[in-house]
Amino acid sequence: MNTATTHDAHHEEHQGGLLRWVFTTNHKDIGTLYLLFALLMFIVGGAMAMIIRAELFQPGLQFVDPQFFNSMTTMHALVMIFGAVMPAFVGLANWLIPMMIGAPDMALPRMNNWSFWILPFAFTMLLSTLFMEGGGPAGGWTLYPPLVLQTGNAFPFVIFSIHLMGISSIMGAINVIVTIVNMRAPGMTLMKMPLFVWTWLITAYLLIAVMPVLAGAVTMLLTDRFFDTSFFNAAGGGDPVMFQHIFWFFGHPEVYILILPAFGIVSQIIPTFARKPLFGYSSMVYATASIAFLSFIVWAHHMFTVGMPLAGELFFMYATMLIAVPTGVKVFNWVSTMWKGAMTFETPMLFAVGFVVMFTIGGFSGLMLAIAPVDFQYHDTYFVVAHFHYVLVTGAVFAIMGATYYWLPKWTGHMYDERLGKLHFWLSAIFVNILFFPQHFLGLAGMPRRIPDYSIQFTEFNQISSIGGFAFGLTQLLFVYIVIKTIRGGARATDRVWEGAHGLEWTLPSPPPYHSFQTAPEIK
Amino acid sequence: MTQADLKAANRRLLKRLGFVIVGMFGFVYALVPLYNVFCDITGLNGKTSNEAARVANVQPDLSRTVVVEFIASVNESMPWEFRPKVSRIEVHPGKTYRVNFYARNLTDRAMVGQAIPSVTPGQAAAYFKKTECFCFTEQRFEGGEGRDMPLVFMVDPALPEDVHELALSYTFFDKQKLTRLNR
Repeated sequence: MNTATTHDAHHEEHQGGLLRWVFTTNHKDIGTLYLLFALLMFIVGGAMAMIIRAELFQPGLQFVDPQFFNSMTTMHALVMIFGAVMPAFVGLANWLIPMMIGAPDMALPRMNNWSFWILPFAFTMLLSTLFMEGGGPAGGWTLYPPLVLQTGNAFPFVIFSIHLMGISSIMGAINVIVTIVNMRAPGMTLMKMPLFVWTWLITAYLLIAVMPVLAGAVTMLLTDRFFDTSFFNAAGGGDPVMFQHIFWFFGHPEVYILILPAFGIVSQIIPTFARKPLFGYSSMVYATASIAFLSFIVWAHHMFTVGMPLAGELFFMYATMLIAVPTGVKVFNWVSTMWKGAMTFETPMLFAVGFVVMFTIGGFSGLMLAIAPVDFQYHDTYFVVAHFHYVLVTGAVFAIMGATYYWLPKWTGHMYDERLGKLHFWLSAIFVNILFFPQHFLGLAGMPRRIPDYSIQFTEFNQISSIGGFAFGLTQLLFVYIVIKTIRGGARATDRVWEGAHGLEWTLPSPPPYHSFQTAPEIK
Repeated sequence: MTQADLKAANRRLLKRLGFVIVGMFGFVYALVPLYNVFCDITGLNGKTSNEAARVANVQPDLSRTVVVEFIASVNESMPWEFRPKVSRIEVHPGKTYRVNFYARNLTDRAMVGQAIPSVTPGQAAAYFKKTECFCFTEQRFEGGEGRDMPLVFMVDPALPEDVHELALSYTFFDKQKLTRLNR
């Protein structure tokens, strides 16, 4: 990279043209890149979901062959998790953390540039596998051997793209930790940090702890396939079940990586529109830390059916249920923050309240799945699909959308169209429930996931679900339109934007100058 | 904090986080032997011993009956026929039994196979004693050759009381495709 130019550009506004975005080390530019990339991947992953729902509209095989259907479910998950939700959170972290803690930029700006620019290459490689001989990966995003080892030419490309995504998010996490630990403004003690910063600090620690585990697991798959190792090959003394243990040792912390920053976002939005400080700030911090700790000792609840001794089933069942305690603390704190508040319901607040209600539904179905004896019935059915879409779509994605509406006026200096924003929320909230709620019933009735066909008694609920899916998908085009419209113009946003907003980012002009907090603010 | 101090502090923290990342990557590989040891002790993954057990002076427990089921399958790259001669027998713990498995090479070239056993439920694996088994060694079959292979076993009387049934499963793998056996 051209270090001389970036150093010089530090004192000017910025370079012009497209190269500005390639060479940029500015946290606001990189935040924007991450968010736009996440939006693009959200559309790509969403298109795959539309193919899945179209195929499931009727029993029998309609549009795609089963192999392609399975590669759609696999790619949809990989794209949405690693391409949409995680980069969106990293983008928000880039934009907001320096402004929230009074720092001029991220601590390691050049690494920041690198960690973003790896991603387009990783996803080009991943998506290109769809055009390779043997098709894309179709064994599920969990990559269980021996099935995943039957992937065609795509296999090494999938593994390498996962390596790249891992490197990218590890670098992003390092940057967040170093920034928060070393670059806080004088007087910004840890327990004065906004909750979004806290949740991201904990998320970043989870990332550096488990992304190397995923990297190791997929490397073992790679050597099993090409270099005759037998990590997961029973014939060579290995054990395929060990992959599941290793994968979920990564996988369970990963699901909290996908939700903790959302907790942080909601903890910023609700106090603003309830016009009350957050109820139980320190309990929120401790609850987040407890959830992060517990996430390391519950992994086997994803694999209750592999044949575990009773003691193992009981341990993982109770440990999993224990997570409901700190999560419950958070939900009650959000409700208590709203209690007797002077609430108004602008779009960000609608998304935040929608998050609290619908994430809790997803949490409760999670509790049902945690009960080992009944999990044998729910395992790998649409009940699981409904559960994790409630926590990921109405949880993580709703929080990201709420965050976009909440901070977009700050980022662009323009107010978004409130009428359209509310319309977007209500359409999303209605259709997402039409989409995912019937899947609970399908799962309880025994419809397995990742299968392109189903028996005819499941037809009605699948059709309802598909209609909800198409409408939810179309509604998101409205979101894209609103965001583009707001970037291009709109009513001028004030510095504070929201009447009840508190925090350092709201003391800056809207939009904030390219370099903010060159001299650190004093926090009293 | 001056710029230089900050740079030094950043570098220190970066180094520490780097250790965590390298450590966690190493931890995954350390999990492999740890998992094997853990499974050896607990019998968690249903692996049975690969050596002949010595079962002298065991008093048969004729008052107790355990059902043993046999499952035989071939790996997808293995063009062999493979099945147990009896699929299910009732045994008394402590008594020795002999059963046969039949395998036939369906190709017209010589092949070497290796059978890998697994016992369900996993905690019963340690109590399933084999004194003679075709799985202890590799099996060479000429093209089109078929033969019976013996298994002599005993269920240890110490088998936990709540186990009434256990299943022994063999999978035949093509030895040529296995360049390395862990043990």
